[in-house]
Amino acid sequence: MAERLTILIAEDNAADRMLLSTIVSRQGHRVITAANGLEAVSLFHSERPQLVLMDALMPVMDGFEAARLIKQASGEELVPLIFLTSLSEGEALVRCLEAGGDDFLAKPYNRVIIEAKLLAMDRLRSLHATVLQQRNLISAHNDYLLNEQHVAKAVFDKVAHSGCLNAANIRYLQSPYAVFSGDLLLAAYQPSGDMHILLGDFTGHGLRAAVGAMPLAQIFYGMTAKGHALEDILREINGKLKQILPVDVFCCATVLHVGFQQKIVKVWNGGLPQGYLLPDDGGEPVPLVSKHLPLGVLDPKAFRADFEVYPLADGDRVFLLTDGVLEAANAQGELFGEARLLEVLGCEEGRRNVFTAIQQALGDFRGEAKDDVSFIEVSMIDTPAHGRASAAFAHDSHEGPVDWGTRFEFRGETLRSFNPLPMLLDMLLRTRGLQERMGDIYSVLVELYSNALEHGVLALDSSLKVDAQGFSEYYRQRGERLATLESGYVRFDVQLRPQGSGGSLIIRVEDSGAGFNAQSVARQRISSNSLRGRGLTLIKQLSDTCDWSDAENGIQVEFKWSGYPVETSSSSING
Amino acid sequence: MVITSQPSTDGKVLTIQVQGRFDFAAHQHFRDAYEKASISPSRYVVDLAETTYLDSSALGMLLLLRDYAGGETAKISVINSNADVRKILSISNFEQLFDVR
Repeated sequence: MAERLTILIAEDNAADRMLLSTIVSRQGHRVITAANGLEAVSLFHSERPQLVLMDALMPVMDGFEAARLIKQASGEELVPLIFLTSLSEGEALVRCLEAGGDDFLAKPYNRVIIEAKLLAMDRLRSLHATVLQQRNLISAHNDYLLNEQHVAKAVFDKVAHSGCLNAANIRYLQSPYAVFSGDLLLAAYQPSGDMHILLGDFTGHGLRAAVGAMPLAQIFYGMTAKGHALEDILREINGKLKQILPVDVFCCATVLHVGFQQKIVKVWNGGLPQGYLLPDDGGEPVPLVSKHLPLGVLDPKAFRADFEVYPLADGDRVFLLTDGVLEAANAQGELFGEARLLEVLGCEEGRRNVFTAIQQALGDFRGEAKDDVSFIEVSMIDTPAHGRASAAFAHDSHEGPVDWGTRFEFRGETLRSFNPLPMLLDMLLRTRGLQERMGDIYSVLVELYSNALEHGVLALDSSLKVDAQGFSEYYRQRGERLATLESGYVRFDVQLRPQGSGGSLIIRVEDSGAGFNAQSVARQRISSNSLRGRGLTLIKQLSDTCDWSDAENGIQVEFKWSGYPVETSSSSING
Repeated sequence: MVITSQPSTDGKVLTIQVQGRFDFAAHQHFRDAYEKASISPSRYVVDLAETTYLDSSALGMLLLLRDYAGGETAKISVINSNADVRKILSISNFEQLFDVR
């Protein structure tokens, strides 16, 4: 026997005790002896033997009682207990087993049988010990993994569940088990007050999803707040995910840009089930189909960020969902599927309140309510013209540069793919007095730039944008002309001057287009920039002065700021 | 789930067949099917005729195969998918990366 054991022998007959002790000692074990049950229990506590040989009938405390107490005291550990007995009738033997005995040894003793039984019992004992040890190891590992999951879930939930999801025009349902399904829902305002929304679904879940969700959310929030365009954000996210994630992990996503001034929605869908645009007038739902590979699959050079643009009237809604809805199964294993979803979208209740209608339908279909699906509904609303972004401004008490100017000219090839606005915005943000008005400035820059690019450089006809068809035609032409653009320019002239304790910012935007010769043209060009002629109104509303009368092919706006610190009550920013 | 791989007689094509559910449980088997193949094929065929279900981790496994087979230059056909499987491949736009037939 490999291991030297401590073996307790409880036997009231001194001669038998001696005989047994000798046999067991010769096998190499350490023997401790007791003359009755009480002594045996006490020795068990003090010596913790690994194996017990117990006479059944003893004075003071018999073997049955002692066996019960010893088994109780040994807890989870298996301490094999062999009854020594001259009893032979079945009932007595059953009592031995009931008291916790593992085996019997019949008197008179046979050395060979004793040796064999001790060996067998020790095998059982070490098997049990191994099982216990492995169980404890697995349980410790499991605790560790659960804790990891818990941390991942906490991080993921914070990331997956932030931004401006609480805005009045958003309603969403996100599974509390998001970390297990990998669903991700992000929403954020641009400095102009336009909104970016991302509904994503990572392959895998738990840590895998949390690891990818972090950089994705960081890029999404960071770039949106700085005024970057949807396509730039998509390229950045795709590139980052491709770079850091394993080949087999990616993120199916639908990304929206909701333009409240222009009354449009831009849609990019890579790998999610089709969402729907639901017209408020009861018209047919427009499917928003996946046209791209998921984020994180393609190399940056192969990635395509082109999106569809749809006009969106007040009250129109966009509905997005992950595959959890379509793959919801009932007791028969049948899937909810697209046909049922379309039925819900088309029915009376679905038109009135698609959100509760779907929850209701899912509940009815499955016969129980479950929280394992994610969907979001975004409506077009009439918003005040003020920017609503709370961009992360530098909290620097320094006033920053206030007396400077610069001039940029962006030409042909650059205009194809580069959006100059975040760069300009970043520069202007360094001036403390301008930070509070950044939303206004950005909104005006967006209008001026898209006017210069689309109507000036690209010579697009905005009268196309009278209906949904014309709308997509307009954006088709825009994409086509932009892709082949080789000449033309848009110029920005930026001048900041101190005035008293405050200052003034003058931005002049010129383009290479046919020109702003007459006031009426400028008015027409700017006012027709959007479906409702909001462009000019917006610029007038947000800037302090707006001037095109003395301009040949440009427009000039001015923003003034009062001395620092700015009275918060005079601020035009609302949270 | 049973996965078998079958080299063509000229050793140029490896056909991988997936029977039953193609999901995360197939991970190791699917990998073994091409990593432990007896030939170095110039083309792969993933035959999904007997595949009843395919989830996003299976899409990930196809991307791993594509990576193994040379990424951009990989020649992989995905054939015989049923309507449900086809739909999943199509929503993900995997036709852009694989020759789906």
